[in-house]
Amino acid sequence: MTTATPSAPTNKLGFTKQDYVGSKSTLCAGCGHDAITAQIINAAFESNIEGHLVTKYSGIGCSSKTPAYFINQGWGFNSVHGRMPAIATGASLANRKLINIGVSGDGDSMSIGMGQFVHAVRRNIPMIYIIEDNGVYGLTKGQFSATADKGSFLKSGAKNDLPPVDPCTLAIELGCGFVARCFSGNPKQLNAILKAAFAYEGTVVLDIISPCVTFNNHDASTRSYKHVKDHDFPLHDLGFIQYSEVEEVDIAAGATEVVTFPDGSKVAIKAIHEGYDPTDRFGAMKAIHESMAKGEFLTGLLYINPTQPPLPQVLNLVDEPLATLPEALVKPGPAVLEEIMQALM
Amino acid sequence: MTASLAAPSTPLGAKTRINDFSIQVATVNGSGSQTANTVLLRAIFQMGVFVSGKNLFPSNIAGLPTWFTIRASAKGYVARKASNEMLILMNAETAKEDIAKADAGALVIYDEPLQLDKLRADLSYIPVPFQKLVTASCPEPKLHKLVKNMIYVGVAARLLSVDMEEVKKAITKQLKGKAKAIEINQAAAVAGYDWAMENLEDQDHIKVVRDNKTNGLIIVDGNEACALGALFAGVTVVGWYPITPASSLVETFIEYAEEYRKDPATGKSTVAIVQMEDELASAGVVLAAGWAGARSMTSTAGPGVSLMSEFIGLGYYVEAPGVFFNVARTGPSTGLPTRTQQSDVELCAKCSHGDTQHINLYPGNMEECFQFAYDAFDLAERFQTPIFVVTDLDLGMQNWSSKPFAYPSKPYDRGKVLNQQQLAEAKDWGRYKDVDGDGICYRSLPGTAGGKGSYFTRGSGHNAYAQYSEKPEDYVEVVDRLRRKYETAKTHVPTPVFRNLGSVKGVLAFGSSDPAVIEAQDILAEEGLKTDYLRLRALPFTAEVDAFVEEKQVVYVVEQNRDGQMANLFRETYPQHATKFKSVLHYNGHAIDAKCIVDQITAFEQK
Ligand SMILES: Cc1ncc(C[n+]2csc(CCOP(=O)(O)OP(=O)(O)O)c2C)c(N)n1
Ligand code: SF4
Ligand SMILES: [Mg+2]
Repeated sequence: MTTATPSAPTNKLGFTKQDYVGSKSTLCAGCGHDAITAQIINAAFESNIEGHLVTKYSGIGCSSKTPAYFINQGWGFNSVHGRMPAIATGASLANRKLINIGVSGDGDSMSIGMGQFVHAVRRNIPMIYIIEDNGVYGLTKGQFSATADKGSFLKSGAKNDLPPVDPCTLAIELGCGFVARCFSGNPKQLNAILKAAFAYEGTVVLDIISPCVTFNNHDASTRSYKHVKDHDFPLHDLGFIQYSEVEEVDIAAGATEVVTFPDGSKVAIKAIHEGYDPTDRFGAMKAIHESMAKGEFLTGLLYINPTQPPLPQVLNLVDEPLATLPEALVKPGPAVLEEIMQALM
Repeated sequence: MTASLAAPSTPLGAKTRINDFSIQVATVNGSGSQTANTVLLRAIFQMGVFVSGKNLFPSNIAGLPTWFTIRASAKGYVARKASNEMLILMNAETAKEDIAKADAGALVIYDEPLQLDKLRADLSYIPVPFQKLVTASCPEPKLHKLVKNMIYVGVAARLLSVDMEEVKKAITKQLKGKAKAIEINQAAAVAGYDWAMENLEDQDHIKVVRDNKTNGLIIVDGNEACALGALFAGVTVVGWYPITPASSLVETFIEYAEEYRKDPATGKSTVAIVQMEDELASAGVVLAAGWAGARSMTSTAGPGVSLMSEFIGLGYYVEAPGVFFNVARTGPSTGLPTRTQQSDVELCAKCSHGDTQHINLYPGNMEECFQFAYDAFDLAERFQTPIFVVTDLDLGMQNWSSKPFAYPSKPYDRGKVLNQQQLAEAKDWGRYKDVDGDGICYRSLPGTAGGKGSYFTRGSGHNAYAQYSEKPEDYVEVVDRLRRKYETAKTHVPTPVFRNLGSVKGVLAFGSSDPAVIEAQDILAEEGLKTDYLRLRALPFTAEVDAFVEEKQVVYVVEQNRDGQMANLFRETYPQHATKFKSVLHYNGHAIDAKCIVDQITAFEQK
């Protein structure tokens, strides 16, 4: 087919993949962050996401620039360093119909923004919280971040003597109901997890190892492409099946476990790593700690519990967006003021 | 035992002070004295007399000394008065010092075992056997400590000729619905009253005589008034973090929201209230909720504003609305957390790094706390920017009498927001394009369908289309427009209030200083110095303020901070008049009083 110009494929909403792209990236060629952006675009397209409902939040860093590079139909908010979670919290409360995607860095979330990360996860804000984890501060030219492995080296030769913070075990500890680790160099796995993440109602924490080609891709780095590839241990093959009212959901043959979301979507999990059960919170913690001690990255869906109520539900908010409630519903009448004044007399 | 009520050696004056006196009650924090003091205040209020109360409390839950002053004023002066005609001394630890500081001629009610009557000869002493009375009147020993204070309410009521029925009514009101507590407290007050009736001679220094000045008035504090303003303004997202003296603003709001902000059809809440992990996060929640179209607010004090400042600058630059109540306290740092000051003037005017200017509202009384809280949400959405409503501990936490609040019938101003259809029709829409020339641009809300209106908000450099830009001309265009927007605000913020006695000499004040300034103005006038008073109610300064500064020979700027922060803003705004501004300052943590203003202005005038 060389002569005909085939029209680009569309999803169920009639959008092409092009409808999910953003502005041109200004990151370094080969930066892991760009590979993540590409999978967000793919997953949103394949998950039939309504672009105008998407909001994209970030802090400051190379990673935090990326919301400008996907889903231009959505609204972006590039805020201040380490404070993306508060922005996501406020906007998601103002309008519970929004589909919230937060993109942050390991510095943004595990150093300056650790407090906000912890509390957003505790509150189960409805959002996909992506940490593009390269072990360094890219944007300020390569200083160590709090996820840098103990004993790892900067390009300059400086050694990190402090232990790393692990976003995944931390998130599980905090009660997060969807925790995954991925590698920007494994698009297939990332795609399946992102699609499952779009269907999840509460906070999804995705720690995505994303090498910084400019400042942390050298031989002595534990976050280089080569090192991560050599130490990546995928837990399972994942299939994500979005709920559809018409089609019967088909589970891929060989799936050892199926997790069903409240909306009817399903994640089919075919284990590679024998005996890893992502619905077993303490078992998951143990396995992750053991693998970290060996210098490995267990990747995949580390922990899942699809039934935790997100914050708007906990607060028993009205179903409509608070932002646009009519005045009549939020402004008490004169009789109420009169009643209050009487009580104060 | 007979108490000495003989005329003091240096009498206050021949006349009895009718409905014109101050009482100071010294107690121990956490001993239940707040209830007793409020009852006494309410009872006098119910006698139809203007009354105000100031609680001088420690930063402590229980055990440290606390003082409560009640001022009755027939003329309606409600500022703190520096001198007291009656002392009620219940705290052994401070009693000697309280006596040393007492004004000559004062009546001193005290707990008998303290044996204070030998300390000074120029006071009238009234020892009261509190323990004996409380044991007789209250059957439950474990309540004695709490109820003891109600005894002095009864004694004072008798001495002041406050009707016991009003005391009982005030107790019922204060202890809303708690039948047992009402009964016990009423019994204690009556025991005090009866004891005083039997054992004390009457006195004629200070008296309450029934009047009608408070008919139809309410008693309220500024935090509750602000909370009510926000309730009626339809706030839908609240992010906050506890801090004295601001906590009770949101806490009161929560109580009202429980009752009045449920969707009647579903019982679900029409407001999201989240106690955040700190003020920084609260600020983020407020601005993002505003950005997404909600009416949002937080309430905090100086330390919180300091933490928030990075976000406030973001809100200013990306143009996100939000209402920030700052109930100011004594700084710097933790300072005196339970004392009042107006020392965040410059902080709120220019909060955050870079060139920033904020709209600030300065309510000066309870009605304005209510109204400005309501208006702040309109202003935030109209100007798409953080708005500070600045009060202080004195306004926020003290008891004030006020006219009942008028229903704010003006519909909400939701500002320049384009809906799906308007976006579809708009030609060449840009988030930061100044279409109307007033510096205020048209925004869209996330989630708007139709494929138009999405944009990228960023705290980094941007052009009129919200695109990333480092071009000098784009940067300058945006920040110059922001200044234009601030100019526009001059015709939208509350104008000043004047009290002109006809003079070329001006007095300028704001917020909680108002009652003290009014009283000082009257005293000065009696002494032969007339002044014109402008009470500032907002930043930026409006045309009325320009004219006042232009026309006065001298402007005494009264404020409650050390550095004359508001005067500094005036000198900066009106450099050609810089020498006119003279600072009249009060900053020791107590509420400002008229005397300190009179003294300082008089000293300036004598130079
Ligand atoms: C308050 C504040 N402090 C410091 C900075 C400087 N700064 C910008 S990005 C950054 C680190 C970003 O690291 P990370 O989140 O890991 O993102 P990456 O660039 O690695 O993707 C820092 C320290 C800032 N913008 N704001
Ligand atoms: S510096 Fe590193 S993190 Fe930043 S864009 Fe370049 S490769 Fe990516
Ligand atoms: Mg990083």
